[in-house]
Amino acid sequence: MDIRNPIGLMFLILGLLMAGWGLITNDNAEMYAKSAGTNINLWWGLLMAAFGAFMLGLAICAARKKAAASGDKSCGSGCGCSK
Amino acid sequence: MSLALGGHLAEAAAAASRVSLHPLDYSIMALYCLFVIGIGFALKKQMKSSADFFLSGRSIPAWVTGLAFISANLGALEVMGMAAQGAKYGMLTTHFYWLGAIPAMVFLAIFMMPFYYGSKARSAPEYLKLRFDEKTRCLNSISFALMTLLGSGISMHVLADTLRQLLGWQYDTSLWVSSVVVLAYVLKGGLTSAIYTEVLQFFLIIFGFAPVVILGLKEIGGFSGLTEGLKQVGARSAELGLADKNLGEGAWLSIWSNMGSTDTNPMGIEWAGMVFGLGFVLSFGYWCTNFLVVQRAMAADSMKSARRTPIIAAMPKMVFPLLVIVPGLIAIVLHSQSDKFKYEIPGKEVKLEAAAWPKVATALKEAAAIEGKDAIETRKAQTAVLNKAVGATLDEVKVAKIVAAAKETGLPEAADKQEVVLTSIRNAGERDYNNVISSLVFKYCPTGLLGLALTALMASFMSGMAGNVTAFNTVWTYDIYQSYFGKNKSDEHYMWMGRVATTVGIVLSIALAYVAKQFNNVMDMAQLVFGFVNAPIFATFLMGMFWKRATGHGAFVGLLCGTMTSALFHGCTLVSGGTPGVKGGWLAAIAGKEPVRFASEMAQNFWLASFAFSVGLIVTIVVSLATKQKKTDEELTGLVYSLTPKQKTADEAWIMRPAVAGPILLLVAAALNLYFW
Repeated sequence: MDIRNPIGLMFLILGLLMAGWGLITNDNAEMYAKSAGTNINLWWGLLMAAFGAFMLGLAICAARKKAAASGDKSCGSGCGCSK
Repeated sequence: MSLALGGHLAEAAAAASRVSLHPLDYSIMALYCLFVIGIGFALKKQMKSSADFFLSGRSIPAWVTGLAFISANLGALEVMGMAAQGAKYGMLTTHFYWLGAIPAMVFLAIFMMPFYYGSKARSAPEYLKLRFDEKTRCLNSISFALMTLLGSGISMHVLADTLRQLLGWQYDTSLWVSSVVVLAYVLKGGLTSAIYTEVLQFFLIIFGFAPVVILGLKEIGGFSGLTEGLKQVGARSAELGLADKNLGEGAWLSIWSNMGSTDTNPMGIEWAGMVFGLGFVLSFGYWCTNFLVVQRAMAADSMKSARRTPIIAAMPKMVFPLLVIVPGLIAIVLHSQSDKFKYEIPGKEVKLEAAAWPKVATALKEAAAIEGKDAIETRKAQTAVLNKAVGATLDEVKVAKIVAAAKETGLPEAADKQEVVLTSIRNAGERDYNNVISSLVFKYCPTGLLGLALTALMASFMSGMAGNVTAFNTVWTYDIYQSYFGKNKSDEHYMWMGRVATTVGIVLSIALAYVAKQFNNVMDMAQLVFGFVNAPIFATFLMGMFWKRATGHGAFVGLLCGTMTSALFHGCTLVSGGTPGVKGGWLAAIAGKEPVRFASEMAQNFWLASFAFSVGLIVTIVVSLATKQKKTDEELTGLVYSLTPKQKTADEAWIMRPAVAGPILLLVAAALNLYFW
C-alpha cells in the first residue's frame, strides 16, 4: 500500500468538507470574529484539499511508473510513463 | 460569545470550556478514526510473519520512516509540553531542538544506525544481548517495557482529562474509545500500520495547529509584535508572577546570552548544565537509544534508508519550534497583556465548597496582616497561607489581588458576597501551562477548524500511544517472552503473542491511566522514571558501540550503578523552596539533613542526568578493564565501530549521504543558535 493514497484522500475529503462549510458560513461575521475576520475554514480547507490532491497525484504517478517499469503497456500519457 | 469582557476572563474561560461541538466537528473526528482504522485493515493482508508484524518486514521507504520517527515522539509531551515550556521559559525551550534533538539525530544517522540496522537485531535490547550479554538485555528490556506502558498510560490520561475539561466529555468514554481505535489498527497492521498512521498524523498535526500559530501571530502583530511582547514579558516577569525578579528584556528572547548564571534566565540553569545535561546526555540518550523512535528507523527497507531516517526527520524537526513552541510564546504575550487581548493562561481547577468560608476568612485575615520585605515576599507568604486553607496551589499574582481587595473592603457578611470571594479563589488556581495549546485552539478556531484542531490533538495522543505500544509488544515478545518463557516456538506463535501483547499493553495502559487519575503528581513521577532510565543507558550503548573492550559485566554493573546514582542524586537534591517527596530530597529527609538545592527543577533534572551518565560511564570502563572480554573480535564484527567496515555511500547522491547532509544540518542548527543568541 502506498501511504500517500489514504493521506491524499483524507485531506482531499477533509479539505473539501471544510471549504464547503466555509462557503455556507461565509456571511457569518460573528463566527469568524474568532479568526480575525478571515474565513479560515474556506482558505484552510482549500489548502488542505490542494495538499490532498498533490499527495494523490504523487501516488498515482508512482503507481504508473511502477506499471511502466514492469512492462505494462496500459500506462497512458503523462507523468511517470518513461518514454 | 461576547463574554470575555473586562476582568471576567476566568468566567469566560469556564464558559468556553462548555463549548459544544457542531456535527461538522464530530464528522472530522470520525473521518480521521475511519481512516486510521481503515489503514490497519488494509495492511492486514501484509502481516504474514512475525517479522512483518514487529519489523514491518524491513520494507518501508526512508521518507515514511523519517516522518514516523518524529511523529512517534509527537505525543502529549511534545505538543502540550513544548507549548507549556514555551510560555514558561520562552525561546530557551528551543534548546530541546537546536541543541538537543538535531545533533543527536545526526549522530544516530552517521555513527549509530549502522550497528542497529546492520546487526540484524530486532530491538535495541537485542542489540545489547548481541554486544554484551543476556543480563544487560534483561535489565534494559524490563525497564524499557515499564517505561513505554507508563508513557502510553499517562498520554491517554492526559487526553481523556483534557477532553473532559474542554468539552465536558466523559473521562471513561474518551479513554476507552481512543484506546480501542489504537488497538484496532495496531492489532491489524502491526508496526506498519503504526508507522503509516504516524505519517498521516504528522500531516494532520501540522494542518491542525498551524492555523493557531498563524492567527495568533496575526493578532499580536507578527514576529515583530511577538519579539516586542516577549521583551515586555521579560521586563515585567516579577509583576506577572513568572519569576521572583524582573529578568530583563532578553530573558524570554535570547537563548544563550543569559545562561551565565542560574538567576538570570527563566529556566534557572547555567550553560554547563544545559550543554552537558540536556544537549548531550538527555537528548542523545533519548534519540539514540530509545527503541520507541529507533524502531522506526529499523523498519526501513535498506541500510541507506535506515541511516537517512533520522536525517529526514531532522529537517522538519528543525522548524518544529514554530509549530509547538511559538504557541506558548504567543500565549505568554497575550497573557501579559490580558486586558487588551482578553486572554489568560488557564488556571488549574480549585474545588472549594461554600462551607469552607470560615477557614478561608481566617486565612484571608491572616494573609492581610502579612508585611513582607517586598511585594514578592509578601505575595509568596500570602499564597502559602491561602494554599493551606483551600488545599490547592494558587496563583501568587491573583492571591495578592484577592487579599488586597479583602483588606480594602473588609470581609463580607452576606452569603452571596462571600460566594463572590470564594469564586474568585476558585478561579485563582495556579497556571496550568499544559492547557496553553488547547486554550488557544478555543480562542482562535471557529467551528470546522475547531474540529480539525481537536482531531490533531487526538491524533498526537494516539500516535504517542501507538508508538509506545508497538515498541512494547516487540520488546515483550522478542526480548522477554522468547528469551525466558517460550523459546523455539513457531513464527505464528510469536505473531499471536505479539497480538496478545498489544492487547495486554493497551489494557495495562488504560489501567495506568486510571492510576494516573488518582495522583496529581503522576507526570512528575513519569518524568522521574524516564530520567532514571534514559541517562545511564546512553553510556551503555556508547561504550558498546565505540569501545570494543567493554564487557558484559562492565555494561551491566555500569547500567545498574548509573540508575542507582539517579536515585541517590534525586534523594539528596531538591529544587529551592520545594518540600521533600516525589520531586526529590527524600533521602536527605530520612537522614535528617538539608538536601542540596537547585535553582529550578530543570537544573535538578539536567544535573541528575549528567551524574547518572558519568557514573554509568566510569563504572562501565572500570569494571570492563577488570573483567575478561568473552566475545571474540569475530563475534563483535558489525557491533562495534572499530571492527565494522565503513559504510559505502558512493552510490548515493552526495547531498543525501549522512556524512554530508548531517553536518549541513548541524551548521543550520548552529546558525539558528547564533541568530537567537
